[in-house]
Amino acid sequence: MGREITTHEALAGLVQLRAGGTYAVDGLTLAMALLAGPSKAGEWCAVIGADDFGVEAAAELGIVLERTILVPDPQESWLEATAALVDVATLVVVRPTGRVSERVAEKLAARLRTRGSALVALCDRGISWPRAEALVTTGGPQWSGLGQGFGHLRARRLEIEVRRGAAPPRRRSVWFPGPDGALRPAQGSGRPYADPIEAREAG
Amino acid sequence: MRAAPEEGASRRVLVVWCADWPVAAALAEAGLPRHLPAAVFGGRGGGNLLQASNSAAREFGLRRGMRRRDAQARCPELLVMTADDARDTRAFEEVLTALERLRPGVLPLRPGLVALRSPERYYGGEPEAGAAIAECVVSLGVWDVRVGIADELFTAEQAARHAPLQETYAISAGSSAEFLRGLPVSVLDDPDSPEVVSLLQRLGLTTLGDLADLPGTDVRARFGRQADWVRRVIHGEGRRPVAGRTPPPDLAGEVGFEPPLVSAETVCFSARQTAERFVAQLGQRQLVCTEVRVEVETESSVGVASERRWLHPRWFGAADLIDRLHWQLVGVSSGSATGAVGDIRSAVTRVRFVPEVVVPESVHADGLWGGTDARVERGIARVQGMLGHEAVVAPTLQGGRSPADRQAYIAWGDRPTGLRERGLPWPGSIPPPAPARVFAQPLAASVVDVSGHVVMVLPRGGVSAEPARFRPRPGDPWQPVAAWAGPWPVAEQWWEPGGGRQIARFQLVGVDGRAWLCLFETDHWATEAAYD
Repeated sequence: MGREITTHEALAGLVQLRAGGTYAVDGLTLAMALLAGPSKAGEWCAVIGADDFGVEAAAELGIVLERTILVPDPQESWLEATAALVDVATLVVVRPTGRVSERVAEKLAARLRTRGSALVALCDRGISWPRAEALVTTGGPQWSGLGQGFGHLRARRLEIEVRRGAAPPRRRSVWFPGPDGALRPAQGSGRPYADPIEAREAG
Repeated sequence: MRAAPEEGASRRVLVVWCADWPVAAALAEAGLPRHLPAAVFGGRGGGNLLQASNSAAREFGLRRGMRRRDAQARCPELLVMTADDARDTRAFEEVLTALERLRPGVLPLRPGLVALRSPERYYGGEPEAGAAIAECVVSLGVWDVRVGIADELFTAEQAARHAPLQETYAISAGSSAEFLRGLPVSVLDDPDSPEVVSLLQRLGLTTLGDLADLPGTDVRARFGRQADWVRRVIHGEGRRPVAGRTPPPDLAGEVGFEPPLVSAETVCFSARQTAERFVAQLGQRQLVCTEVRVEVETESSVGVASERRWLHPRWFGAADLIDRLHWQLVGVSSGSATGAVGDIRSAVTRVRFVPEVVVPESVHADGLWGGTDARVERGIARVQGMLGHEAVVAPTLQGGRSPADRQAYIAWGDRPTGLRERGLPWPGSIPPPAPARVFAQPLAASVVDVSGHVVMVLPRGGVSAEPARFRPRPGDPWQPVAAWAGPWPVAEQWWEPGGGRQIARFQLVGVDGRAWLCLFETDHWATEAAYD
């Protein structure tokens, strides 16, 4: 396995990006969380096929926009664009628009190993990525701040689960996004952020 | 009339004054007729002070330094334009070039005012020279031009200001002092020392003649250099030669094809040497080009068939120029908002690179340990070559109300222009955290109440019923609403493009825990973003 690529500190011990690795995620937020680490550390990043990339959320998460290359709509050439950007970016996020064969995944992995980059496959549209190093998924989202007709979304508690081959899955609760858009591990079941619903019920 | 050239003395000076130049330049650029009352506003206080107006506006009593709302109160149909020094200078360049053709060695003083050595010998007299020059300027569409001729620069400028429209006012040699003595001290109006005129007037010195009678050293100490300079002019010591400017070198590069070429690849290959020469000749002058205009002429076109301006985040190398030419030829960028690309349907006869903005090399020199990664630029250019220039973008933040308005995708290599200010309050924007997924086009959504009726927003801001079930996207299953908030009405301003809509935003969380940002407009629902 290749060198370690800086990963967001809230994901430490859960998933560690490595050069040459492919990581499948089930949503754009998770892909952004994985981008934030290397981007903050000064690496170039590329996002291919995400025409719904929320720039403001990315900036709140700490992604450096000046070093982020976006190809919102690569049409049929997503694979060629990915291969070209693997050469220049340390972390490439791609949302495949068609079926990915074993052979293609294998070739791309070989390229990742020679270039020392990592790939995040965004599999939120029913397309799976063969031979992913790890599968990172989210579950049990709980938003706080919103009531029945009052308040506004403030923070979300989320369970991140990492499956790696046959090993038992690792799980961790995180605040993602927190009220400032950042990603933080959640301690216990406490709610560090004021929740107007509770405040109202208590008062 | 004619001054007998004294030994070693300078010759007569001719000043061309285009009155109200900022207004004339602004009207010309906007393509508006010059008889409309118009004024240029700028300066301190939020750029709301009148800086220049045309004669049509002055008939309504508009004066310099007036506030914009006062000016509009006096003249409601006033065309309000913002001051822009770059535009004035750019427009005046045309006048300078035309004058240079008549008489090399012009000395631009500021936009609208230029001095040159009077060419009276060639034209056989000063009035004739003035008439020839005025005619040349009028032929460019500059209507209000006046010419003054005198021994010194200052006197000639004042003479030009006294000349009738399109006429020449000549002060005969040796009679400058006589002319200047009668002028009021307000002609000394100098933006650098605005208090001088007022001070002179309060001291009872109303004409330049009064000023000239004071002792020289006192004038210099008390009223500054300009007043002293004028005093010396009146005493006949103010002659100085007009040193003309060197015409700017023509840095454009062009190549013609005979016979005309059909394939874009062939054109690009043949233009490569021209591009290299273009970059090299800029390099010889320690310049680099950051904005270039690429013009393409074809067999069937009269003049230029396609032209487009390209910006570069750093500067153009020869390969970058060829890339831009190729993108322009294959028309991958057609329909883009950044510039009109003409139709190229016949063989190409000529390609021209015109530098629009050049800067000294040192401004863009790479740091000792490297600037932007050239390797990254090359990789991106490869993807752009594959998918088109606009397909690779740099995500950028800007100000706005909806999540989609608050971001912009700038084609990689272009510089962002016209971004909205982020620091403004933007009432109606959604509080953070920002949604992670922002849909380029809002998706049709449905939100219904317990009895299955579409939830409506009432004109006064309430909802017809509490939302009970919703479907964020057309294909999604219906699901109950776990939590919601809204409506947050946004009265989009009617003067903004696409504005005037009455819309209200809602945040909805389904029982599966996913949150959505939805929008209600008139009678239908749409999903703008997801907090995925």
